[in-house]
Amino acid sequence: MEAVPLPFVRTVELTIDGQAVRVPEGTTLLHACQAMGIDTPTVCYSENLTPVNVCRVCVVEVEGSRVLVPSCSRPAEPGMVVHTDSDRVRHSRRLVLELLGSSVDLSTAEPKMLADMERYGAVPERFDTGEMTGHGAKATVQQPVKVDNNLYVRDYSKCVLCYKCVEACGTDAQNTFAIAVAGRGFNATIATEFETPLPDSACVYCGNCIGVCPTGALMFKTEHDMREAGTWNESAQKVTDTICPYCGVGCTLQLHVQDNSIVRVTSPHDHDVTEGHLCIKGRFGWQFVQNRP
Amino acid sequence: MSKNSTCPSLWARVEACTDVDLHLIPGATASHDEREAIDAALDGARPERHLLLPALHAAQARVGWISPGALNHICARLSVPPAEAYGVASFYAMFATTARAPRTVHVCDDIACRTQGAEGLCQALTDKFGAAGEDASGLGGAATWVRSPCLGLCEQAPAALVQRAGEARGDEAVAFASLDDLILAVESGTVRSPQQTLAPQTESPRDPALRLLRRVGVADPSSLDDYRAHGGYVALRKALSMGPERVLREVLESTLVGRGGAAFPTGRKWEAVARNPMRPHYLVCNADESEPGTFKDRVIMEEDPFALIEAMTIAGITTGCELGYLYIRGEYPKATARLAHAISQARTRGWLGDNIMGEGATFDIELRRGAGAYICGEETSLFNSLEGLRGEPRNKPPFPVHEGLFHKPTVVNNVETLVNVLDILAHGGPTFAASGTPGSSGTKLFCVSGCATRPGLYEAPFGITLGELITLAGGVADGRSLQAVLLGGAAGVFVTPDELEMPLTFEGTKAAGATLGSGVIMLFDDRVPLGDVLIRIASFFRDESCGQCVPCRVGTMRQEEALHRLVAGRTNREGEIGLINDLAMVMRDASICGLGQTAASAVQSALQKFPLDSLGPRLATPAGPAKTPEAH
Repeated sequence: MEAVPLPFVRTVELTIDGQAVRVPEGTTLLHACQAMGIDTPTVCYSENLTPVNVCRVCVVEVEGSRVLVPSCSRPAEPGMVVHTDSDRVRHSRRLVLELLGSSVDLSTAEPKMLADMERYGAVPERFDTGEMTGHGAKATVQQPVKVDNNLYVRDYSKCVLCYKCVEACGTDAQNTFAIAVAGRGFNATIATEFETPLPDSACVYCGNCIGVCPTGALMFKTEHDMREAGTWNESAQKVTDTICPYCGVGCTLQLHVQDNSIVRVTSPHDHDVTEGHLCIKGRFGWQFVQNRP
Repeated sequence: MSKNSTCPSLWARVEACTDVDLHLIPGATASHDEREAIDAALDGARPERHLLLPALHAAQARVGWISPGALNHICARLSVPPAEAYGVASFYAMFATTARAPRTVHVCDDIACRTQGAEGLCQALTDKFGAAGEDASGLGGAATWVRSPCLGLCEQAPAALVQRAGEARGDEAVAFASLDDLILAVESGTVRSPQQTLAPQTESPRDPALRLLRRVGVADPSSLDDYRAHGGYVALRKALSMGPERVLREVLESTLVGRGGAAFPTGRKWEAVARNPMRPHYLVCNADESEPGTFKDRVIMEEDPFALIEAMTIAGITTGCELGYLYIRGEYPKATARLAHAISQARTRGWLGDNIMGEGATFDIELRRGAGAYICGEETSLFNSLEGLRGEPRNKPPFPVHEGLFHKPTVVNNVETLVNVLDILAHGGPTFAASGTPGSSGTKLFCVSGCATRPGLYEAPFGITLGELITLAGGVADGRSLQAVLLGGAAGVFVTPDELEMPLTFEGTKAAGATLGSGVIMLFDDRVPLGDVLIRIASFFRDESCGQCVPCRVGTMRQEEALHRLVAGRTNREGEIGLINDLAMVMRDASICGLGQTAASAVQSALQKFPLDSLGPRLATPAGPAKTPEAH
């Protein structure tokens, strides 16, 4: 019998929360933690996008490092001693979640984000300490919803500025570059050039920005309208996997159906073909399915 | 600058293609003036993304704002998506993305200028012309005034900068500004009180021990020959004859550390890049001096520009760089003009470019202007800014010596650091190492401002105490008593009059829980309302945060809000202090870069060292030059 050589993979050994662990070289601390079953909160991280390490909620403490390091993008190094649940880590995670909660409407955020707020004891309300001096109310990103097309809406009151939509619109998926971060500091927002309405921008309505948005700031217009009307009911929805009928690529579609109508289309982030990304046809072109006589 | 002299029509064809590939803003066309200015800025250069900032500067300087038409033209020329170009333009304070009057007077209301009555000037300007940012009343949309963070003219406070779009005379600073000076600047753009050079040790009787300042006030900054007559270009010739390896050894032996604030050993930085097999290497001179209270690099660049050019040439040749970028803050028009002149003189003489001094080495310098963003002084933000991206910091590691500008090995040095290299070569590394103290070799430039009798730039050997330096500057002005000193700038710490024995060295300040930072020594007399100063520092960081990471973007906002409440004394103090301390910890621990990590530093030190009662009630005290009864 002939021996089949395994591909040679260099590994590094490090210690996480007192446990020695060996991972392939190049593995991020986040993935090392995941492999050990350590639940790490993330906001701006997504499997199908390049890590931008801006939310800072996944930070861990590495001995010898002056500041905490973002686990999503820091590769494991030999001999690293990592703490994922130290006081400093818990403090930073709690504060990051509190700061987001105090400035952004998280009412439609991913359930995991809300669960992490509970887990770390985040109380965003403690920044609402009443009267402000010469400053009016506490600053938030509150602003009107942008509804400028029939396919999706942009509610930047719910935007945590995770950069995911910009990445999906750019080189990580669509290469359309219709949106970017504009402005600076607390006033930074996701915007088209000069806040041009989407129909006048470079947007091609692939909806990949919606697919990666963690807070519902970007939302199907169907979902937005149903929420406005009070008819959105996620528990009554059925999700059906199918293959997009339009072209030969064969993207997997997940049709979210409520009351026998398609209300939203997604694709699994871990899917080999799509990595969660679709085009305008798969994402929005489903009307013919329910074109009832 | 890399030029395309062989095939000019190629780039015309490339441009024709981009019109198809890019989705430009419908119906927006550049005016003739805008087109002419942008084309002139991009003349002959390969149309690449890193020219975005120079192109935006050209449009802004011609018409006073970045119009959709101008943005379209820039995007078409450089093949940049409009959304990204808008993201870059809207990042910088000196670019307006909505129509603005061509003449804009930026009035500094930052901490040093506040001690000299800046807030009163702003109030008076509001009464005269209307609110900041609005068209100045009665001038038919020709001018406006805005509040500005530190302009780097702290020793000549109060200061302002006049941006004059579409005028050949360009931008110009106003120093020791009176209300009449500012009104004149708004109404006609005329600067009646131009900036000066305040380095008291260079005045008669001149301090013979000056090293970094030895040519200031003596050599003509516009003359290469005069620079040579005062010892210039001796170091470069010596470096060329010694060869890179020996120069590197001298710099290592000198134990020189960076003067920009982080105090990293310069020789180790140079060595790491020189030994890096990846090519090309880049040199970047960080002249984006924006730390409130800092003006040392400005004085060197204005008064001894050739010294910086010579030092950069040595650094470039030693570390294997053929191109160096000199990134100067946008608010320094005088220094920019003098450096541009010095670079062209050196090029003409054959001391920049190919075959320098006939010795075969190649090195050239490209001068780039920032556009009003403190964050771009952070080295990785500076790289992004140079590359035509938003000036957002990158995560480290990788460090610049491995992956810096254009993701190539990069040496980044501060102006003062580089100029020290001339002395190291003149006298040898070990001699340099023997000066100062064992932990801090050489001399240091100190920026003295605020309530000092003789504010200005001072040079002193490391080891001088804080008290001695204050004495050198004539002590506190008007016979008042000292309340506090801000050491190291807005990112530094406050020290009390009990700490004047502190030796001004990297190790001495560190031992005292302080920092030398960029050499800021800002004095506050007993009349200055400290609470108002703290709020201004907090609002500075809120304003200058790039917005990328949550701890800094939201944390700096919440810190400022909590300080407003604390100083007003209307809510429970323990609660507010608890919030402020919580914010300080997350900003220090979890921010991406030094801006967020130090955004609470000065505030924390003040809250620890000064009684809370000294913050609030003083706001009501009308005495003193800083008339700030209410926080802005």
